[in-house]
Amino acid sequence: MAQPLVQIRNLHFARGDKIIFDGVDMDIQAGRITAVMGPSGTGKTTLLKLIGGQLIPDQGEIIVDGQNVHRLKRADLYRLRKKMGMLFQSGALLTDLSVFENIAYPLREHTNLSDSMIRSMVLIKLQAVGLSTAHGLMPSELSGGMARRVALARALALDPMMIMYDEPFTGQDPISLGVLVKLIRDTNHALKLTSILVSHDVTETLSIADDVTIISEGKLVAHGTRDEIMHSESPWVRQFVDGEADGPVPFHYPGDSIEHQLMQEVK
Amino acid sequence: MIHPVNSLTRLGRGTLFLLKVLAGIPQLFVRFGLVTKQMYSVGVQTLLIILVAGLFVGMVLALQLHYTLSTFGAEDTLGLLVDLALVRELGPVVAALLFAGRAGSALTAEIGLMKATEQLSGLEMMAVDPVERIIAPRFLAGFLSLPLLAAIFSAVGILGGYMVGVDFLGVDSGAFWSQIQAKVDFYDDVMNGVIKSIVFGFIVSWIAVFEGYDCLPTSEGVASATTRTVVNSSLAVLGMDFVLTAIMFN
Ligand SMILES: Nc1ncnc2c1ncn2[C@@H]1O[C@H](COP(=O)(O)OP(=O)(O)OP(=O)(O)O)[C@@H](O)[C@H]1O
Ligand SMILES: [Mg+2]
Repeated sequence: MAQPLVQIRNLHFARGDKIIFDGVDMDIQAGRITAVMGPSGTGKTTLLKLIGGQLIPDQGEIIVDGQNVHRLKRADLYRLRKKMGMLFQSGALLTDLSVFENIAYPLREHTNLSDSMIRSMVLIKLQAVGLSTAHGLMPSELSGGMARRVALARALALDPMMIMYDEPFTGQDPISLGVLVKLIRDTNHALKLTSILVSHDVTETLSIADDVTIISEGKLVAHGTRDEIMHSESPWVRQFVDGEADGPVPFHYPGDSIEHQLMQEVK
Repeated sequence: MIHPVNSLTRLGRGTLFLLKVLAGIPQLFVRFGLVTKQMYSVGVQTLLIILVAGLFVGMVLALQLHYTLSTFGAEDTLGLLVDLALVRELGPVVAALLFAGRAGSALTAEIGLMKATEQLSGLEMMAVDPVERIIAPRFLAGFLSLPLLAAIFSAVGILGGYMVGVDFLGVDSGAFWSQIQAKVDFYDDVMNGVIKSIVFGFIVSWIAVFEGYDCLPTSEGVASATTRTVVNSSLAVLGMDFVLTAIMFN
């Protein structure tokens, strides 16, 4: 197999006293869709921010396209980021710019293209996400699903080599969900991208992912191709894939047991 | 809940942040449009309240001073006193307080919301430095706007003083202006007032952008950062005013 596009080695990261990653190793293969799943609050968003170089690990390294993200000088980090698109949980569109200007923004910042070239490129990207008529709207006039598609168009504007999706499916109606699933799969294949897909929508995610990683409590619990994960015998994986409330992955936030707390109340 | 160590680390973070913002300013000369756009929005927000407040402060000053001056038969110096009070003191200070309450709080809220809605992170991931593109133009616009607003405040205040003093209380119009012309010193009075408003513009804009950038990215975080901007920058303006006055007029 070729060199992985993203290599994570012995990653440690803590926020204050709370340990979020406790020695994670992981490879993300080029040209594939890798899903990262895990319970809410395990640090999936944090992982994407670490890969993008917005947060600095306490220990360990992250190598993207042969470069150690956290050793890069600022200018080199910015050069690398132009090759990484990221779709934020909220879309993160600039609220004071129209849809058109939002997508044109990275082009205006990083290229010397003429206005007419920028205009054609923006319209092509909007067409790709099925919103070519929405270019005059402001972000506040978009539905959540439309905003995410615009954000995808913006993330694609600079023709990146990889895209990180943070929970693209949450809060979508079944139709826009279907549209997004198809869009993520098709862009990945048509543009030969590498995608990292963070999500806890098991069905949708498993329908498009090539590889699946499950993290919980700071550790990597399982990693494999989609088929390996779907037929895994491991109770960790089964709990997640079958969506059972309690099992090896605790449903409750760790701490004092409820029985114990109730007893203390009585005393 | 003021903790000395926390306050010190905040001051340190604020200073480092200020250095980053200042480093972004040279870039703005090629993109001055970003700054004029922000100055326009600061102007729209504050011009009306500056005009109204300036007019009333000038009118009240004239009423109060005329009452005292007339007991000495010194009504002719009314114009001079109104002018000095506004140019040296009330123009820079009251304009800065109004500016903090209107434009400073709006600035903090805007930046804080951009942080809470991941717009700043989004820019970073597009390889665009949010300090250069978002913060620095807003800081510079605030810093440049306040001296202009303070000058407008003083000018309108003097007109208010003229209306009350000359039109209603019967002070001689020629005396009103000629006293100003003869006794106001450009460097000692006018320039010192301008220096004050430059310093206040710097402080209020710094506090406003830092509180916004440093806030917790939640609705409560943005709300309390906005309050902190108004309280801290008002106190800082009044404190600095004392220091500057002590230096200038001694
Ligand atoms: N800015 C922050 N400051 C302090 N702690 C934070 C911050 N952001 C996140 N955390 C903590 O880090 C942990 C991981 O957060 P993260 O957002 O990465 O989780 P997640 O897996 O993306 O969850 P979700 O599925 O709900 O989006 C959480 O427990 C959260 O409380
Ligand atoms: Mg998240």
